[in-house]
Amino acid sequence: MIRNQLRPAILLTFVFIVVTGLIYPGVVTGIARLVFPNQAGGSLVTANGQVIGSRLIGQQFTQPWYFHPRPSAAGSGYDATASGGTNKGPTDRKLADTLIAGAIAQAESSGVPKGRIPTDMATASASGLDPHISPANALFQVARVAAARGADSSQIRELTLHYVEGRQFGFLGEPRVNVLALNLALDNAFPRPASARK
Amino acid sequence: MTANGWVQILFYCVVLFAVTKPMGIYMLKVFDGSYRWLGFLERPIYRICGIDEKEDQHWTSYAVGMLLFSAVTMLVTYVALRLQGTLPLNPQHFPGVVDRQSFETAASFATNTNWQSYSGESTMSYLSQMSQLAMHNFASAAVGIAIAIAVIRGISRRSAGRIGNFWVDTIRCTLYILIPFSFVLALLFVQQGAIQNFSPYLTVPTLEGAKQTIAMGPVASQEAIKQLGTNGGGFFNANSAHPFENPTPWSNFLQMIAIFVIPAGLTYTLGRMVKHQRHGWAVWAAMFILFFAGTTTAYWAEARGNPIHAAEGLDVKASSLQSGGNMEGKEVRFGIANSALFAVITTDASCGAVNAMHDSFTAIGGMVPLVNMQLGEVVFGGVGAGMYGMLLMVVLTVFIAGLMVGRTPEYLGKKIQSREIRMVMLAVLASPLVILGLTAIASVLPAGLKGLNNSGPHGFSEILYAYSSAFANNGSAFAGLTGGSYFYNTTLGIATLIGRFAVIVPALALAGFLSERKVVAESVGTFPVATPLFVGLLISVILIVGALTFFPALALGPIVEHFLTSARVLF
Repeated sequence: MIRNQLRPAILLTFVFIVVTGLIYPGVVTGIARLVFPNQAGGSLVTANGQVIGSRLIGQQFTQPWYFHPRPSAAGSGYDATASGGTNKGPTDRKLADTLIAGAIAQAESSGVPKGRIPTDMATASASGLDPHISPANALFQVARVAAARGADSSQIRELTLHYVEGRQFGFLGEPRVNVLALNLALDNAFPRPASARK
Repeated sequence: MTANGWVQILFYCVVLFAVTKPMGIYMLKVFDGSYRWLGFLERPIYRICGIDEKEDQHWTSYAVGMLLFSAVTMLVTYVALRLQGTLPLNPQHFPGVVDRQSFETAASFATNTNWQSYSGESTMSYLSQMSQLAMHNFASAAVGIAIAIAVIRGISRRSAGRIGNFWVDTIRCTLYILIPFSFVLALLFVQQGAIQNFSPYLTVPTLEGAKQTIAMGPVASQEAIKQLGTNGGGFFNANSAHPFENPTPWSNFLQMIAIFVIPAGLTYTLGRMVKHQRHGWAVWAAMFILFFAGTTTAYWAEARGNPIHAAEGLDVKASSLQSGGNMEGKEVRFGIANSALFAVITTDASCGAVNAMHDSFTAIGGMVPLVNMQLGEVVFGGVGAGMYGMLLMVVLTVFIAGLMVGRTPEYLGKKIQSREIRMVMLAVLASPLVILGLTAIASVLPAGLKGLNNSGPHGFSEILYAYSSAFANNGSAFAGLTGGSYFYNTTLGIATLIGRFAVIVPALALAGFLSERKVVAESVGTFPVATPLFVGLLISVILIVGALTFFPALALGPIVEHFLTSARVLF
């Protein structure tokens, strides 16, 4: 019973490796490249002819004239080779007293009223690469961005609202703003302050 | 909780109900051999491997085939991971995986667990991901489904212990169910933005002028079978929270349906094979009620948010501009409802993929996944594993009902006697022994405590979650726990092996024993297995077996943590 089933066990393992481990992903790759080349390659974004990132992968922004993404626990922040969250639990002191309290203090210093700080503004995402922020988060940043760019805040607000993506098919997921896309649009519509130009 | 959140959850429920019957019929036809549209591929595989497709195996022979196949695939993966550095398709030049991690990964993937103590993007070459890890995703899923079908055959047939052919079942499952469905799913994921390439990692200057290196790989193909086979091992460390694995709410919805479609379909297959369709639906109903209760609890807890963070100044109230609640460890595109729903689905099934970090859930929100795994993952459950796990519970329920009215219990016309119940108890008792035993050991040994990322009751929950997940072959984690040590790699690897085979072998034995019993005619004294009473009793048995066993441990972890959160105690 054991000996006569050893042969199928060994041979079938190699059949699986070839069929499901090599042919299947190979064929999917071939078709994906042909039909959806942009997505298969990572939805890359270019500016001035240079690839500057992926639409789906969040980037770190710290300058006041850009919209800021969520706090990130991926590496030292938005490290796309080290995805992950803080994995801190609800009663963790570091999370409550350092990470969240720190983010709240920063938000308050830029004018967000206490008690109204959107949750995603002070919490790290699961992937550490979340490309989005909530519309509430984005709108609270409008004043800072406008001041830093010397632009009219109602125009920045209008641009931000334009970049709010609704729920998919009208009901799936949550409304959100892609930070990289919005910041790119900002650079195109409102020049950066002279001090920030290279 | 928001109206839109409930609309999404109810939409999921409706689609799940709608796919149950078609999927069930398709699987029925595949396993009885009436759909052979890939016969030109199927027959050569039998010839190469020396399989006699006409052979009807005794349950012992079926079990030996299953054990040998699992052992060989596991061994090959161990060797392949050790030698990774010398093999091709490794653009990042990752070295071989260390011994303890190779053992655990091989055990974990061969048992459909996919617990990962490594980060995919910094450990595994593309070849290892595809030819070993994704290969196991197919093989272990096919084995699980084959076992479920064999157990149902044992119940429905009178065949003196013969329950089908392991090799034929496994190959048909892979060829007709797993590969075609994965193929379509993978392309749908790519369309939404999941990546699929063999490029080296890409380094770009960001808009602000910093450098960012972006991990690449053949992700979508692996993502599809990861969900469809309830495997759950992510290509990247962040699993289905990573935007390249799960880019949009629609891809997220497809992933959630992919997890449940086979387990739900199997309830219909069960009804057809035992010629009692309403019994199949009764099992579906029991599963659905437990699923819905879990979803409601988790959604409530996460939408309510963390009172400690709210007191510090966070606005946890949902509005049209933000999803509110507890967003630590969650993605904006999924929000609260989809994160809670996904967490429940992935732990009801033995999937273990995550689109949010369970470790950062609120105490009650994190307890729901923990309880789901401790109940044995019979709520739809892993592909196949949920069905044979549930059938053990059904037999136990019928037995208890029989005892209550003082009649010899029978299930679908077959008498349940001491040797059947002995097999059920073997499977039921292995779980507390391994989970609680190893949790206790890890909670007192320095080697166990060293891996913690949280202290206080949450640290205990991290350990309890790890062994529950390993034994239940789930693979999700309170991921703060550093599992990459000799202590955890070894104990968790062993727990996955016991959790898989200490349930499968008794289940096959039960099937063999039942197939030897003659069918007695239904009488007024027969306990009906398609009524609301049966559904209620089945749910009670599942909850009592699980709750009595694990309640004391849960009281030390998430339950006390819940009260401490309300009292704003930090650790």
